[in-house]
Amino acid sequence: MSLEVPADLEKQIDERITHYPVSKRSAVLPVLHLLQHHFRFVNEEVIEWAAAKLELEPIKVLEVVSFYPGFRQSAPGKYHIRVCRTLSCAMAGSYELMDSLCEKTGIDRSGVDHHNPIAVSADGTYSIEFAECLASCGTGPVCMVEDDFYESVDDVDALLAKYS
Amino acid sequence: MSDLVDVQINGEWHQFPKGTRMIEACREVGAEVPHYCYHPKLTSPGNCRMCLVQMGMPPRPAPGAEPAQPDEDGHVPISWMPRPVIACANTVAPNMGIRTQGELTENVREGVMELMLANHPLDCPICDQAGECHLQEYSVEHGKGEGRFREQKVKKPKNVDVGPRIRLDDERCIMCSRCIRFMDEVADDPVLGFTDRGSHTTLAVYPGRELDSNYSLNTADLCPVGALTSNDFRFQMRVWFMKEINTIDTNCGTGANITVYARQGEIFRIKPRQNNSVNSDWMPDSHRLSFHWINDEETRLTSALAKDENGNHQVVTNENAYAIAAAKLSKYKGHEIAIIASARMTNEELFMVKRLAKHLKAKIVETVPRTGEADGYLISEDRNPNTLGVKTVLGLDDPGSQLESIKDDIKQGQIHALITLQEDLITDAGFTDDDLAGLDVLISSYPCANPTAERSDVVLPGGCWAEKSGTMLNIQGRLQRLNKVTDGPGTTEEPWEVIRNLQQALGGGNGIHSHTEIFNQLAETIPVFAGVKFQDIGDLGIPLVETDETLPLLEREKERVAQGLIVG
Repeated sequence: MSLEVPADLEKQIDERITHYPVSKRSAVLPVLHLLQHHFRFVNEEVIEWAAAKLELEPIKVLEVVSFYPGFRQSAPGKYHIRVCRTLSCAMAGSYELMDSLCEKTGIDRSGVDHHNPIAVSADGTYSIEFAECLASCGTGPVCMVEDDFYESVDDVDALLAKYS
Repeated sequence: MSDLVDVQINGEWHQFPKGTRMIEACREVGAEVPHYCYHPKLTSPGNCRMCLVQMGMPPRPAPGAEPAQPDEDGHVPISWMPRPVIACANTVAPNMGIRTQGELTENVREGVMELMLANHPLDCPICDQAGECHLQEYSVEHGKGEGRFREQKVKKPKNVDVGPRIRLDDERCIMCSRCIRFMDEVADDPVLGFTDRGSHTTLAVYPGRELDSNYSLNTADLCPVGALTSNDFRFQMRVWFMKEINTIDTNCGTGANITVYARQGEIFRIKPRQNNSVNSDWMPDSHRLSFHWINDEETRLTSALAKDENGNHQVVTNENAYAIAAAKLSKYKGHEIAIIASARMTNEELFMVKRLAKHLKAKIVETVPRTGEADGYLISEDRNPNTLGVKTVLGLDDPGSQLESIKDDIKQGQIHALITLQEDLITDAGFTDDDLAGLDVLISSYPCANPTAERSDVVLPGGCWAEKSGTMLNIQGRLQRLNKVTDGPGTTEEPWEVIRNLQQALGGGNGIHSHTEIFNQLAETIPVFAGVKFQDIGDLGIPLVETDETLPLLEREKERVAQGLIVG
């Protein structure tokens, strides 16, 4: 396996596993979060590394990764945008927000489907996907860029200007 | 004895041990509870929801109220819960009521069936499972007859090669997870899992991995629908055309109980048959698929052969073959004759061998040992199905130990005639052409053409395990019945008939007309079998000889039962 996990990350992961003394399998979610935070996504290499670490069959890790949309199985851009599409935001214009974000960032979402939710701009600067409720239904449409949260988004240019 | 609790099922009161699953309690009293994911040998995740039943308990009195009084039978009236519960993962409780019939259960079953069929491709006409599919059966018994789902069905992977012997159609899968649990809990090779859980839930193996365990075909048996099918059996035969015969596996000393599915003399598939004392509910793929040679008439011996004056084999009638063999053998004294029989023979056949040896006063009677590696599950180190029978019936303490001395005796001109029954000496017993060259007479009987038969003066076609009836003793000392599935090809006879006819031609012997007659003689003459009646053996066999052999898979199953993980 060619995956290189930095020593301090591995130390952090080992420590996290000790929080689950009964079954290492229980540590799969926190471990995956740490790995995604570092590698930006969870691909086969990462899954296999986590499986070996937790003494599981890789399929048991893939089960978890493929269940949670929060785990990305393909590489995002430098700035990953998540647009809420749940009811309140959808009614407040999240689909229009998605369209204008794609237009400004030059992202083509025609290849997106259930199994490939993320679209990346040609230069790799931005990537985008729909997310389910981001817990601010009164201030739609809302979106997240990386870990930053934005409500009532109307000025797409101003938003993107912060990330370039 | 464990505590018994009173439980009312469909209006009738019964008693069950504490801890009994509701579904098992219902089954015991004949109240059918439909189910998909529940399997007594596996843990119960309770995910199919098909076994929902109505449950009730004695009412809890409101504060200050008098508790309900028992009726004249001593039972407190039951207060029924408005919502159903799953019967597979809940256990019975004192004074519990269960209804497997009625409006509530009928409604929920209709609902569950409708949801299961929402994404089902309804491709029964081309599905191998049709005819033995629980989805079909429950649709008829518990379904609505129509669905209200009008939207696009979810498309899932089809015709997926998940392993060398198993094919997956994900659209037919109802997500019961039996196969996943079997591979996790029994086969210890957890390669299966659900990915994309939700409306796209897909049964999958990890990319680059395979479902290649030697127990993988059990997942196809477990699959209640046509999602997992056997590559070997796929599209070969509709299940309703086949005849089912209960018999035992003869690939090793375990003697797994099996059902053979055959049509018009041709075997199409073999499935394990539940026997909690032998093979639980499972069998290894290698044993299950080792039947194809039986159907292959190209390699089978279909008639008796005798060498003419030029040493070429000519087809002769069985009668003539016995006469020729007898004429050749009668030239020799007993101490010039050896018999090599087989531990693949039934007790009855071995008894006939013993009788023949006595008649001929043969110098040596021997069998051929066959060993391999035990797999830690169900495959035994002993690859002969009836070694214990050889020890018990023929009285050989160490089967195979005299093979070398037979070779020496032939070389030194002490043995002139050899009869070999159901063994190919050259392929399986380490004999060479040189070893056999010293013989004046070689008589052999075997199901297939083989190098030993080529060198034999007389060849008699003897049926294989599927073409004969009798009994065998497995490594645990369990007496089990082997039942004839089909007649052998051509003039093949059952091996006990071959031996009887040969002995008759030698002028020895009253007629024996059936294998059960031989069994009766066994019971009369061999102390271990004393008092055993053939009809008492039944489909599951009976323990007869004490041995200290255990089957690792069964031991682990017992542990899981003791831990309460499975029903067993």
